[in-house]
Amino acid sequence: MSATLHHQQKHSYRVIGTPRPKVDVYGKVTGRALYADDIMLPRMLYGRLLRSPHPHARILSIDIRRALELPGVVAILTGDDLPEKFGILPSSQDEYALALEKVRYVGDPVAAVAALDPDTLDEAIKLIQVDYEVLPALMSIDEALAHPDVKINDDARIGNIHKAVSYEFGDVNAGFAEADFIREDWFYYEGNTHAPIEAHACVASWEPNPGSPVGGKLTLWSSTQTPHYVHRELSKVLKVPQSHIRVIAPNVGGGFGGKSDPFSHEICASELSRRTGRPVKITCTREEVFLIHRGRHPVKMWIKTGVKRDGTLTAMHFRSFLDGGAYGSYGVATTYYTGVLQTVTYKLPSYKFEGMRLFTNKPPCGPKRGHGTTQPRYAVEVHLDKIAHDLGIDPVALRLHNLIEPYTRTINGLRITSCALGECLQQVVERSGWDTFHAQKNNPPTQGQQEIPLKRGMGIAASSYICGAGKPIYWNDLPHSSVQIRLDRGGGVTVYCGSTDIGQGSTSILAYIVAEELGIQPEHIHLETADTTLTPVDLGSYSSRVTFMAGNAAIAAARKLKEQLFAVATEHLQVPLEHLEAADGIIYNEHDPGVALPFVKAVQLAEARFGALVTAGSYAPPEGIHGDYKGAGVGPSPAYSYSTCVAQVAVDVETGELVVEKLWLAHDVGQSINPLLVAGQVEGGAYMGYGEAVMEQQVFRKGRHKIPSLLDYKLATTLDTPEIETILIEIPDQEGPFGGKEAGQGPLNPVIPAIANAVYDAVGLRIDETPITPDKILRALKATAATRPTQRIVVSPQEAPSPWPTRLITWSPREASTQPSQVISQSVSTKGVS
Amino acid sequence: MRELITLHVNGERHEVAALPHHTLLEVLREDLGLIGTKHGCELGECGACTVLLDGMPVLSCLTLPIEVQHCEITTIEGLEQNGTLHPLQETFAELGAAQCGYCTPGILLAGAALLRDHPQPTREQTKEALSGNLCRCTGYTKIYEAVDAASQRMQRHVRGLGERSTPSNPGARRLS
Repeated sequence: MSATLHHQQKHSYRVIGTPRPKVDVYGKVTGRALYADDIMLPRMLYGRLLRSPHPHARILSIDIRRALELPGVVAILTGDDLPEKFGILPSSQDEYALALEKVRYVGDPVAAVAALDPDTLDEAIKLIQVDYEVLPALMSIDEALAHPDVKINDDARIGNIHKAVSYEFGDVNAGFAEADFIREDWFYYEGNTHAPIEAHACVASWEPNPGSPVGGKLTLWSSTQTPHYVHRELSKVLKVPQSHIRVIAPNVGGGFGGKSDPFSHEICASELSRRTGRPVKITCTREEVFLIHRGRHPVKMWIKTGVKRDGTLTAMHFRSFLDGGAYGSYGVATTYYTGVLQTVTYKLPSYKFEGMRLFTNKPPCGPKRGHGTTQPRYAVEVHLDKIAHDLGIDPVALRLHNLIEPYTRTINGLRITSCALGECLQQVVERSGWDTFHAQKNNPPTQGQQEIPLKRGMGIAASSYICGAGKPIYWNDLPHSSVQIRLDRGGGVTVYCGSTDIGQGSTSILAYIVAEELGIQPEHIHLETADTTLTPVDLGSYSSRVTFMAGNAAIAAARKLKEQLFAVATEHLQVPLEHLEAADGIIYNEHDPGVALPFVKAVQLAEARFGALVTAGSYAPPEGIHGDYKGAGVGPSPAYSYSTCVAQVAVDVETGELVVEKLWLAHDVGQSINPLLVAGQVEGGAYMGYGEAVMEQQVFRKGRHKIPSLLDYKLATTLDTPEIETILIEIPDQEGPFGGKEAGQGPLNPVIPAIANAVYDAVGLRIDETPITPDKILRALKATAATRPTQRIVVSPQEAPSPWPTRLITWSPREASTQPSQVISQSVSTKGVS
Repeated sequence: MRELITLHVNGERHEVAALPHHTLLEVLREDLGLIGTKHGCELGECGACTVLLDGMPVLSCLTLPIEVQHCEITTIEGLEQNGTLHPLQETFAELGAAQCGYCTPGILLAGAALLRDHPQPTREQTKEALSGNLCRCTGYTKIYEAVDAASQRMQRHVRGLGERSTPSNPGARRLS
């Protein structure tokens, strides 16, 4: 195995921490697993959306008569049929299921058709006549700033500025005054998309009930990461109470953030089903998936950092400009995320953050793995690398010198708990042979050695990520995750949870945790998940929250059942409670394992005593983990994961070709619930980060997506993907389930800057924008050779608005609780178990 | 107009009235209910719809059924034989090589063909054989490990039980 574990101590867990198959994997390897598009219902109709061919246009008229006359067409919807705004965030309700008055990007849905078969849909879509008045389109951050007169979205407060934020934490001027050295840099991070292999699909089925004032009930199966929020928004747009809507996420073929919004196709399929009284399926084409997008925001960033001669950071001022596309989506949260976590990786005594998101005529951007933190992580880690070189400090030493400390508060009020970032850095340095590599690299070529065109380099970067958003999207006092468990007298165990498995293994995590607590095998357990009628709410598979939150809820529910089982076992076995153990399907005396009660017998005794055995557990993050200023709700998390990456690259200085030869990735996961799945998440994150660093880009030409296909939108194949070595660091978090933290998103973040820093190490050139493609490298090499600095890749700003178009909020930790956090000493041992 | 065609799928003969312009992918899924074959692009870009035609991996989204009436077609449903999993199915499950699982059927079939031609593939051969199958979840690492483990398992089986008891290989060429 390429993954290695480093952990603090060996636990006596039976299930937790052991590599084992996912409980639902046999359906996936045999073709039995049902995904949304695999669902075929009797009398089912097929639906499709007509999408705008213009990036920005006024709709003058829509004529559906000819399409309606086509044999096989059953129903057609246009904007007037669903005139209710929706959106994932309560503050960004700016989308219609079908455009009203205006279209804002190529791909904006305009009409929806239901027909007997897909072939008829092709014809019907062509017969819908839409007259547009084409409007000027703004396709970049700079264009959106330069043309406030062309208003794309009415939600923009000034011009096309969707959201602007401005914060100062601590005294930034004093911090810069204290610095011996100050550096400023601009960076640009290009947008890219999730490209899950499963295209978005859904099947809606309306069951009429003439006796009901609502008229019936709706069931929607959809490839979504967030059935709970789809449930909410369907209710809002269809004007059907949530009690009459059931949303089910079947197996989901990958999400990465791209299936986290409520979508037009889900609403239209539902409305078409209501109108026709028949099930309706809409499966998006691959091109539509590119247009639905909600992917990585392109972000332009400016950073100014002050450091002392010894490398101590004194102040940072960070600005971000986000290209949001045409609608809000998660964009307000994304804007905050480009700024708030800068303080979670390294100690910053003062920090100023100004961010703004612009509307443009492109598909809406949203959350992609690393949501809003990936772009600034790239910028900050490359910027720090430059500072290290400026000061003549080793880049590893500079990072180690400034590490955030466990069980502290950041300058912007975020509570830090467990943190093994130092250990992660040490491990990747050691395992990659960092010191040897650089010692050899610095040796001058020996006599007679040819100057070869291939230059090698190694780069390093560090990062942190949230283990779940500390606040729900709709602020309320309700649990973020709940789990119910039911035992039946035959020994059956059923676990119910709204959590949604998108491939990361959240369903299996529930089984492992309940199995550990009840002393049974995970395969024993039946799981019902992601069903808004059957299962209690889990907010969804976003913000890396599920293991931490649903895991803690599962522990709470299982422990209540265990109490009931032990209550009867202690009497039946005549063994004191404190000596009872549950494992391997029996409850027994830990000092005399022969004194034992089979699990099924214990269940029967408990049911006889207590009646039906059903328990529930809930989880909500603790209070007081953030500052008390407006906007403090984005960034807090019950815990943070930490990751580091070393990348080794080879650059051909004649062609500019860049080969990433190997990635070493260390991840502080607290405690692996299943190390196989954690390593899988780390490897998947490293792969996706590699793609973003060197090839993936969502780019546009004349208002249209330039490459909406999996052939032209480059994503890494087996032949591209570098070798990935995973190192898991296990120092249990005090509040995580069995000490566990997230693994799904954090490990992506350090990969991009590690590769960028490795390219510099190889050829001495900085490419301050992603992706780092051969043409950019070659241009930079040629420019340097010809000493024509104007041809260098330089990210330069359009006029940054001055003053920043929003009120500055200043805050310092002393204004919050002055009570120091409890310091829990953290000792680390790094025993290797391969 | 629909046309009557005969397909040999997973050892079974099916007569289907299909629209002649419909792809093998559509006919397998919509007409035969073999939904284990997935579609990711329908343009021959992602490999999710890979099936075996006389043991060779092909993209069913680029194949017309009418042209393959004389071929033995193997889908993911045919990789498992009478409830016994192919070693690759076992190792993909055991070693975490299937995350979301959407690319998995296609990769398993491409992998089965690889192991038939190269029972002990080098890493380079495995990469080459799977280069047309995109996986967005795993970073491919666990997939390589599962292919290697299946190869070892099949070798052990051959050594232990002799040639005649080699597990029936659905990647094998059609008889007759």
